[in-house]
Amino acid sequence: MTDISARTRANQQSPTARIALRWGLYAILFIFALYYLMPLFVMLTTSLKSLEEIRTGSLVALPRSVTFEAWATAWSGACTGIKCEGLQPYFWNSVLLAVPAVLISTLIGAMNGYVIAQWRFKGANLIFSLMLFGCFIPFQVVLLPMARTLGFLNIAGTIPGLIFVHVIYGIGFTTLFFRNYYVTIPSDLVKAAKIDGAGFFRIFWSIFLPLSLPIVVVTVIWQFTQIWNDFLFGVSFSQAGTQPITVALNNIVNSTTGVKEYNVDMAAAIIAALPTLFVYVVAGKYFIRGLTAGSVKG
Amino acid sequence: MAPILDVQGLFKNYGTTEILKDINVSIDKGDFLVLVGPSGCGKSTLLNCIAGLEPISGGAIRIGDQDMTHVSPKDRNIAMVFQSYALYPTMTVAKNITFGMQVRGVDKATQATKLAEVAKQLQIEALLQRRPGQLSGGQRQRVAMGRALVRDPQLFLFDEPLSNLDAKLRVEMRTEIKRLHQDLGASMVYVTHDQIEAMTLATKIVVMKGGVIQQVGTPAEIYNRPANTFVADFMGSPAMNLIPARTSAAATGARIEIARAGATPLILHDPRATGLPADILLGLRPEDITEDGTRQGDLVQPGECLVDVVEPAGADTYVVSQLGGRRVTARLGADTRARPGKPLAFSFDLTKVSYFAPQTGERLN
Amino acid sequence: MLWLERHVPKLVLAPSFVAVLIFVYGFIGWTAWVSFTRSRLMPNYDIVGPIQYERLFASPRWDTAMNNLFIFGVLFIVTSMVLGLMLAIFLDQKIRTEGVLRTIYLYPMALSLIVTGTAWKWILNPGLGFESVVRGWGFETFTFDWLINPDMAIYTVVIAGVWQASGFVMALFLAGLRSVDEEIIKAAQVDGIPTHRIYSAIIIPSMAPIFLSAFIVLAHLAIKSFDLVIALTGGGPGYATDLPATYMYAMAFSRGDIGQAASSAMVMMGVVFAIVVPYLYSELRAKND
Repeated sequence: MTDISARTRANQQSPTARIALRWGLYAILFIFALYYLMPLFVMLTTSLKSLEEIRTGSLVALPRSVTFEAWATAWSGACTGIKCEGLQPYFWNSVLLAVPAVLISTLIGAMNGYVIAQWRFKGANLIFSLMLFGCFIPFQVVLLPMARTLGFLNIAGTIPGLIFVHVIYGIGFTTLFFRNYYVTIPSDLVKAAKIDGAGFFRIFWSIFLPLSLPIVVVTVIWQFTQIWNDFLFGVSFSQAGTQPITVALNNIVNSTTGVKEYNVDMAAAIIAALPTLFVYVVAGKYFIRGLTAGSVKG
Repeated sequence: MAPILDVQGLFKNYGTTEILKDINVSIDKGDFLVLVGPSGCGKSTLLNCIAGLEPISGGAIRIGDQDMTHVSPKDRNIAMVFQSYALYPTMTVAKNITFGMQVRGVDKATQATKLAEVAKQLQIEALLQRRPGQLSGGQRQRVAMGRALVRDPQLFLFDEPLSNLDAKLRVEMRTEIKRLHQDLGASMVYVTHDQIEAMTLATKIVVMKGGVIQQVGTPAEIYNRPANTFVADFMGSPAMNLIPARTSAAATGARIEIARAGATPLILHDPRATGLPADILLGLRPEDITEDGTRQGDLVQPGECLVDVVEPAGADTYVVSQLGGRRVTARLGADTRARPGKPLAFSFDLTKVSYFAPQTGERLN
Repeated sequence: MLWLERHVPKLVLAPSFVAVLIFVYGFIGWTAWVSFTRSRLMPNYDIVGPIQYERLFASPRWDTAMNNLFIFGVLFIVTSMVLGLMLAIFLDQKIRTEGVLRTIYLYPMALSLIVTGTAWKWILNPGLGFESVVRGWGFETFTFDWLINPDMAIYTVVIAGVWQASGFVMALFLAGLRSVDEEIIKAAQVDGIPTHRIYSAIIIPSMAPIFLSAFIVLAHLAIKSFDLVIALTGGGPGYATDLPATYMYAMAFSRGDIGQAASSAMVMMGVVFAIVVPYLYSELRAKND
């Protein structure tokens, strides 16, 4: 697949037609880049404008005078329903929620993947299939019983409750990631370590975990993105004060009281998007690997 | 002296499939046992059972006069070298070799002494701080052996350790393993599908097929007196010629008649053979069919055949012709006069002849 | 000791297995059970038959939701696939800035659908958004009020959805294009087959599994779509952009109609089942062979 352009060259077109084609190609790709960037651009510029300028100016114009007021409001003053303390507390809710949920589900996934890939036993494949299918159910089907279960466990409306939910429904994917990674490791490694006298946990700790950095990164990024961006569980299982940032953002944007502050909405949206965007920019390669692994290998 | 390894009536099933059927093998201290057979014959499974890496379905395994049937691998006092070497990728060579001792809580000083000893023995001192990924195939092989040697076990197990090496290196490492065996006087069990490896290394060979032992014996026994046509065909390269023939009683021994394309049948006479059935397969190694006049003896008998193909192989020339409707290979000197399409006078040396029953494939003499 | 040694792997896997049994399969069972009862505000466990489903299918709001799912699903999947494939093929022409472009096309996938919805809600808003931009260019009578037009609002969800997911489809297809056996392409080149024919006759047909994966992922996204609608239209105007997911949520948490919530969730489950199970089955079977 590397040689399509060389191939085009070998075909019978004249040099001018070829150059025109090439320029056309670049133009189309460039236009699409603008299409994908436009919403981000609009969000950013809007967030830096004053309300006055938004009302009088154009959506796509650069701000005449840059103001960070909307950002300050979004962070610490915007109203989510009755309270007006901005996104700040909810941002920390999301952090408090995502960090443990990501770590726990990744650890469980690593152990499960290790068992399923390297310690096969009768029925392990069936268990794996059952877990895999759990990744695909529409979560609406578990919302009602989960709400009751959280109440029963006395963690309804709490952050630990949400952590619990995210861990449970994250296991399928984390197990899948690690299982697919560990099956590529020859089983002789476990055999050699057994003869060397190492047990189940020692082999995992000394041999498999040190090997796992790439897949740990992929899994952590995937889980973090999923959990940070989650809205359904957040809106269903949290209450005032424990809501994650996506829920708070939605509340700010859809709060009906007072003047519609588009610049604040946009600033809030960017704040909510920043952590995952940051991860994407820093570790895009692993992000894409997770996306494709999570979907193609399913 | 009790055998160092004694496998008694071992069975292994996966579900309803029998992988190993009634395996009985024992070796003495210092023996080099080779398990050989085509892929899927169960030889690696048997090795894994001996190592304790696979539970067995029936029978018993004794190592060093202790019942090890239900003992976990780490307590069997064994070491194993794997086909893929199974070096721990994130550990240095030194760590790879000492990991077992570390797990067992051997003190640091002893670890260092033993490591130095083994590294010297295998000439890998310069590699100790590298990681497996930075080593060549041959070097990895040495490290894998080092990991086994450092344990100083009662029994070494090798699972096709040379099959990932290129041809030249394989011969080198084969010699190395042989020397190691001689120097250490250690007891070894070695799995391979390569019959030349089996012949060169073993003091005792077990030939397997379909989970059943076909023959147990010294390399010479296996080579000269194969127990059935499978062993005859599998061991030796080029394989033993198995020629359909008819026999009848003669004044002494038997008269053997072999169909010859476009000519009268070839008649051979074996004065030692008695009680053969009418239809047999006559087994002759290629080196026992020579050019007429190059070998003398009571049992050397002449016969002319049409030459189909001539394959010079350096020291020898293999000449293929047809007998009894089968391709027959003879191993002739490099200076042979054989030409394709021309007849050639051969000598058939029946000193080491084998007779097999065509239906069962069992040896008759 | 030996027993423990042998069973440690099973013991390690056991909690997850039990969790999946309870929280996935048990919960599906619970929802299925409740969907056959008269449950309203509180669950009631007396099975009375399919009355909830009868109510569901008689409800005009559910009707709208299913219609919307169909419109949204088909347009979202088809547009994302076409756009994704096109971009992948274009990007595959030895484009010098491929890395940057790929990063730009794919970043929406890192965003929360709530963020996406918020952004597009602003862009598409009739007063100050896209409409006023075009008017500013001199087209004074231009109107673009899809967001508040009950007949068109569902298409705004498609626009935002495609924006979010098409880059991802592009990445899938690009990976697929790159995995086609180079020797086959070289052979075709030697035979003098023109580039567009190489794509249409050789490369694209060999990517059938990728099309299937992309379809599954997109279909799955479409059925689960909830956040996007909530943030973009809130299901409105009225309930013009309701999807089964928002219907279910409304029944469960604002209307207090557990029976309806359960039965609508089960219908969603059925749709996912119909799409995913054959796929998973073939995947797993291929793997075990």
